[in-house]
Amino acid sequence: MSIAHEPRTTPIHWLGELIVAPIAAAGDFALFAWATIRWLAIKWPRSSVLWPNLYQIGVLSLPVVMVTGGFIGMVLAIQTYDQLRLMHMESHLGSVINLALVKELGPVLAATMLAGRVGSAIAAELGTMRVTEQIDALEALGADPIQYLVVPRFLGCVLLIPLLTIVADTVGMLCGWLFSTSVLGINSYFYWHHTYAYITLFDVYSGIMKSVFFGAAIALVSCHRGFQAKAGAEGVGTAATQTFVYSFVCILFLDFLAGMLLSQIYIWLHG
Amino acid sequence: MPLLELKNVSRQFKRQHVLRDINLQVHSGETLVLIGESGCGKSVTTKLLAGMLNPTHGDVFWEGTNVSSFSAEDLRRKRLKIGYLFQSAALFDSMTVYENVAFGLHQNTDLKERQIRDIVSSRLVDVGLSIDVSRKKPSELSGGMRKRVGLARALAIAPDIIIYDEPTTGLDPVMSDVINELILTIRDRRPVTSIVVTHDMHTVRKVADRIVMLYPLARLQPDESQVIFEGTSDEAFHAEDARVYSFVHGDASQRLQELNAA
Repeated sequence: MSIAHEPRTTPIHWLGELIVAPIAAAGDFALFAWATIRWLAIKWPRSSVLWPNLYQIGVLSLPVVMVTGGFIGMVLAIQTYDQLRLMHMESHLGSVINLALVKELGPVLAATMLAGRVGSAIAAELGTMRVTEQIDALEALGADPIQYLVVPRFLGCVLLIPLLTIVADTVGMLCGWLFSTSVLGINSYFYWHHTYAYITLFDVYSGIMKSVFFGAAIALVSCHRGFQAKAGAEGVGTAATQTFVYSFVCILFLDFLAGMLLSQIYIWLHG
Repeated sequence: MPLLELKNVSRQFKRQHVLRDINLQVHSGETLVLIGESGCGKSVTTKLLAGMLNPTHGDVFWEGTNVSSFSAEDLRRKRLKIGYLFQSAALFDSMTVYENVAFGLHQNTDLKERQIRDIVSSRLVDVGLSIDVSRKKPSELSGGMRKRVGLARALAIAPDIIIYDEPTTGLDPVMSDVINELILTIRDRRPVTSIVVTHDMHTVRKVADRIVMLYPLARLQPDESQVIFEGTSDEAFHAEDARVYSFVHGDASQRLQELNAA
């Protein structure tokens, strides 16, 4: 008769567990991401499953992304104006606001809003499905939970975050321009003239490209946390909180990596 | 050859050991009832039998073939032979009753919507529900109705084996008996193998061909088997093992002594 191993609790075992647990968690996340990408290649979700996710992730996120973009544009105008005025360069305000928006703040803030609004909701929804055995029921009825639940949400985040970023950029630029010209008295011609002079298409594309990776990270982190949720209201709440924290860390880390990579590409392209 | 079999199966979740060295066979056409205290691993056992969990040690066999040898697609297809009624019914909250019952058919068949509608109606009638409920969401149903919709959903894919995980838990005595009668009716209507996890001794008496009782691992000696009883319901109700006898008769005196001693 084979005997199962009994739990051991010596300090050496605790230390081993401390080292092994994060490695196992990282491996589990990698397998989860791989399964999602594999299903993307094998079978796309039915439109009846995909469209509600696109609506939830894209359309319902528009108001919060627009509000955030608008205020960031105006706050940038206020914060930058005084500094530029000291150097008698206030007419350059448009280039500073718009460059900051398209390269950094637009993508990062759209992603942060998506992580907060959509990521946490996904984790809570899938977490509830996990603890009420609905994910087990999917399996029992011949559906793959990753194909049925994760792939549509992944597609929703990856396909729509570039559009949300463009919206955040556009609204931020418009609000920044409105505030600068109507309240701070900046000449509209110089505002846009300096914007065109300093912002290249590469800056705009790089911001949008980055957002795709942010969207992928948010979708994978939130779905994975939901699938790993522990039983009870506390377990689901923890999954939702972890989703936002982990997603935000991922966004910042990916932003750093993308910043380094894109600056190298820019140097390679433009010398 | 047994239809389903666990051979020397152990299962642990992180540091928690739930099952140890379990040997269990399920034969075609029988109604096997799994009993035991809460947390002794009954639901885990059924999920292992259904291929929804992998054992930490040991092997699971379906009609003599090791489940670990199946590809993911084979496992998905063969799993459809097993209908599963979950403890909480596990209806999909975002879908209507109709969509819930039709889910397995939409996923796994090329049937036309009209044919699916006929099957859904028929399964709802089988479990004693009217067609009117098909437009309702699970949140609008009572506990008994949810269980019956869950059963209709499991039956819609015409399984050869049905696993009932605590089918009468949380229901009033009359509704519990309705579910017991449904288990018998389904079995009588077509040759189906049933595995029932329950704490309800009325269910045990009514539906069991064979009973297996599991005991919590934490209260067993390292060399003791976790399966402490296997036999008919009559044998269970007259068992000499005090643990079995007190469980089936709902007698807490032995357990209270253990708790006081601890």
